[in-house]
Amino acid sequence: MAMPKIHIPMPLRQYAGKQAAVEVKSGTVADALAELLDQHPDLRRHLYNEDGKLRAFVNVYLNDEDVRYLQKEATPVHEGDTISIVPSIAGGKDLDDFQLSIAEMKSSPHRCCSPACCCR
Amino acid sequence: MATTTDVKPAPASLTNDEILRYSRHLIMPEVGMEGQQKLKAARVLCIGAGGLGSPLALYLAAAGVGTLGVVDFDVVDYTNLQRQIIYSTADVGRKKLDSAAEKLKGINPFLNLRTFETKLTSANALDLFREFDIVADGTDNFPTRYLVNDACVLAGKPNVYGSIFRFEGQASVFATEEGPCYRCLYPEPPPPGLVPSCAEGGVLGILPGLVGVMQATEVIKLILGIGDPLIGRLLLIDSLGMKFRELKLRKNPECPVCGTHRTITKLIDYNEFCGIRGEEKPVESGIPEMQVEELKRRLDAGEDLFILDVREPHEYQICNLGGHLIPLGDLPKRVNELDTSREIVAHCKMGGRSAKAVQFLRQAGFTKVKNLTGGITAWADRIDRSMPKY
Repeated sequence: MAMPKIHIPMPLRQYAGKQAAVEVKSGTVADALAELLDQHPDLRRHLYNEDGKLRAFVNVYLNDEDVRYLQKEATPVHEGDTISIVPSIAGGKDLDDFQLSIAEMKSSPHRCCSPACCCR
Repeated sequence: MATTTDVKPAPASLTNDEILRYSRHLIMPEVGMEGQQKLKAARVLCIGAGGLGSPLALYLAAAGVGTLGVVDFDVVDYTNLQRQIIYSTADVGRKKLDSAAEKLKGINPFLNLRTFETKLTSANALDLFREFDIVADGTDNFPTRYLVNDACVLAGKPNVYGSIFRFEGQASVFATEEGPCYRCLYPEPPPPGLVPSCAEGGVLGILPGLVGVMQATEVIKLILGIGDPLIGRLLLIDSLGMKFRELKLRKNPECPVCGTHRTITKLIDYNEFCGIRGEEKPVESGIPEMQVEELKRRLDAGEDLFILDVREPHEYQICNLGGHLIPLGDLPKRVNELDTSREIVAHCKMGGRSAKAVQFLRQAGFTKVKNLTGGITAWADRIDRSMPKY
């Protein structure tokens, strides 16, 4: 059976060496996430807040079940299991764009600072 | 398994022309005359006529949904054409609703189309939603997503949800009586700046097509009461791997909007909820700026300016000012490549990312650093017209 793996969602891949999935050892969900952060420390602030709690807009699934309804981070992880990190996505507007002044946004034909405007 | 969602408009009768038009529906027992009549009697509201809204509205119109509402206040932009397939090149510059109306009525003149050229807000959402049976959410920002969700729960209308990012998408049906709502899954939005969508943004043009048609499919299933709708199911779409995974969604009994002890009983300020400053407030001042004219003049005069380009390598390939490329995300690691004694002008595509770079460098002790207002786009607009824009 394959080692458990963690699926990295697209918005976070740039902080995980561009990988789509990372293999981890069995243990608990907490162990698996700790191992992920060991390998890719840049992910920490995107997944956890300053109090060390998993951010509310990030959900963690063991196979197809939300761990909030299992044993949360103490949920055991076995061989062949898949952990999915599922952040909320809305595509489109970079939230920082809201902080550009109206004048700046009107003075240029594009509305976004990102290379491709809006994911919608 | 038929849905228990209550979409019960009175069935409308079909003319001979409509019977011919929808013959491929009518000859299927799962639809038949009764199903097609239900479609005709149904009223669906599409929030957004962009990437997701385009295929959604097109297919609902083709399928014979009787009343379609479309909410959008935007104008067709050249860069929309890569994925917003309801628009043609000739539509660039026109109001999206005008162009969309032509296409939709062109496909199906029997359509009762209602357009709403307005921003969806807490002030208008509930009244608007009450006039429809199902809401399809094709918006592109978190405040509106939460607004749509809350308004759907409060108005008792199912929310057919789709969202996309680069190559991945999500789809589900929220806000049915027995199923979860968006807040059951995501009680809080991400703080601004924490979900990366800039720098490496972009979206594969086909992706909103894939997800938008899934939304249209779910709308039709809800109206007809057939199949297994995505209630309590989050479909994850990976277009690169062409893999579809499904996660179970549960109704959260503690959900403030749809749970057993509801604390949200009216619509709130969603920009505030998402931690976004109002668009009316000016950007934080204190970032030293330089206009492109000044840069041009000083470069021509042979001054020793260090141009720092904080875009991504693939953007540099499109056009550049010959600057030293350090993508914004790499700046903290590579700040030692910069000389504090030199005057640095930072730029990106439009001035947003480079403003952050300047803020960062000033905090790191650089005193001679300025942001190029308007970025390389301003340079292409005002200094070098031959430079490509993107």
